[in-house]
Amino acid sequence: MSFLELTEVWGKPQKDIFFPSGSEVEESTDAPIQRTVQPIVTGSSVLALKFADGVMIAADNLASYGSLARFYDVERLTKVGDNTIVGAGGDISDYQQIQRLLEKLEIKEGNYGDGYALQPSYIHEYLSKVLYARRNKLDPYWNQLIVAGVDGENKEPYVAFADLRGTTYSAPAIATGFAMHLALPMLRKATDDDRWKTLSKESARATIDECMRVLFYRDARSLNKFSVATITPEGIEFQTDQSVSSKWAFAEKQYGYGTQTV
Amino acid sequence: TTITALRYKDGVILAADSRTTMGAYIANRVTDKLTQLTDNIWCCRSGSAADTQTVADLLKYYLSMYRIQFGHDPSVHTAATLASEMCYQNKNMLSAGLIVAGYDEKTGGDVYSIPLGGSLHKQPLAIGGSGSAFIYGFCDANFRENMTQEEAVEFLKNAVALAMERDGSSGGTIRMVILNKDGMERKFFAIDTANPIPVFTH
Repeated sequence: MSFLELTEVWGKPQKDIFFPSGSEVEESTDAPIQRTVQPIVTGSSVLALKFADGVMIAADNLASYGSLARFYDVERLTKVGDNTIVGAGGDISDYQQIQRLLEKLEIKEGNYGDGYALQPSYIHEYLSKVLYARRNKLDPYWNQLIVAGVDGENKEPYVAFADLRGTTYSAPAIATGFAMHLALPMLRKATDDDRWKTLSKESARATIDECMRVLFYRDARSLNKFSVATITPEGIEFQTDQSVSSKWAFAEKQYGYGTQTV
Repeated sequence: TTITALRYKDGVILAADSRTTMGAYIANRVTDKLTQLTDNIWCCRSGSAADTQTVADLLKYYLSMYRIQFGHDPSVHTAATLASEMCYQNKNMLSAGLIVAGYDEKTGGDVYSIPLGGSLHKQPLAIGGSGSAFIYGFCDANFRENMTQEEAVEFLKNAVALAMERDGSSGGTIRMVILNKDGMERKFFAIDTANPIPVFTH
């Protein structure tokens, strides 16, 4: 036997050994099943933090199609029940499906009429299990979610994360997407070491605005138009069409990339 | 990136956005993509920043050597041909889309487009970069030859602004260079300045 005869089959499937001629496997010409393997219309960052009186959550209104800024008017924050907001990054179609699931859940829970209300922690638990179940089907909902609200009888500030893999965690400040890299350090500066317990609503908003400004400067899939929801024991304040100032004038005197002076 | 250049009544105008990205991260939001090659010849750079800066630096050097050897300034055609030669012969290694534009009294100004493969195209209007895909319709509908300077500046400002709104890889500010018999003039447009960028969406 020549060397070439020996090596020709290296790395190739030995179907004549494992699947003899005429077997079901060899006969099958079906194409592999295709599933959602990448997000198409996408939202970018969501950020949320706790403060003294409750929680604040924000997301911009852009839905991108690759690098195309396709929709400028997408609301990525959803109210669920009386004291919860769910914010979503990632695929917008999957987010809309999650909205439908949450709507169904809200109606179902309301119909019991037992006086129990949906709490943010319940909604987070529910979403995390939906996401985990879908990832086990190898057909995930391609989202990063933040659930924010005031939880339980004492209306304690609540912020939690869940993503397409079924990952969950909770923290005084959470961010998804680019904000995880660019904004989270700023959010943590304001909330770490229990500082959130003395953080005023105004300071929380100033922190959100500063984060949104950095994202607008540095995230190529961001938009300077966003929504901010503030959830306190008193209720939900939902602000749309928000924007931040930005500085550009200094760039006029910046020429070339090294030696150019005009 | 969105880069543009056109010939107008008195010369040429180059315009570009100011966004440089690494994936979805904006590495530089105030980039200057308009680069001077000689006194009266400039280029717009798109593609790899490293590649286009190297090509532009080499072009600058060769054109300055040309001036010393032949005792006169190189023509826009010469500069563009040299640029295209460099892009063509090194097409396997380069990611560079250039627009070379300049003014000289003989021609009244010329614009050359040098897309990825290194081909050379003399044009009255050249657009390039990822953002240009979004404004072909606008340019086809609104471009006219022999515009006045005011008309041309307004046209390019609107073209680049439209591309910047729809293309995630374009944005920031708009920079322009006007080249004519009086020399060069720069223009700068940004949202918080006296020369704002027009807004079309909402």
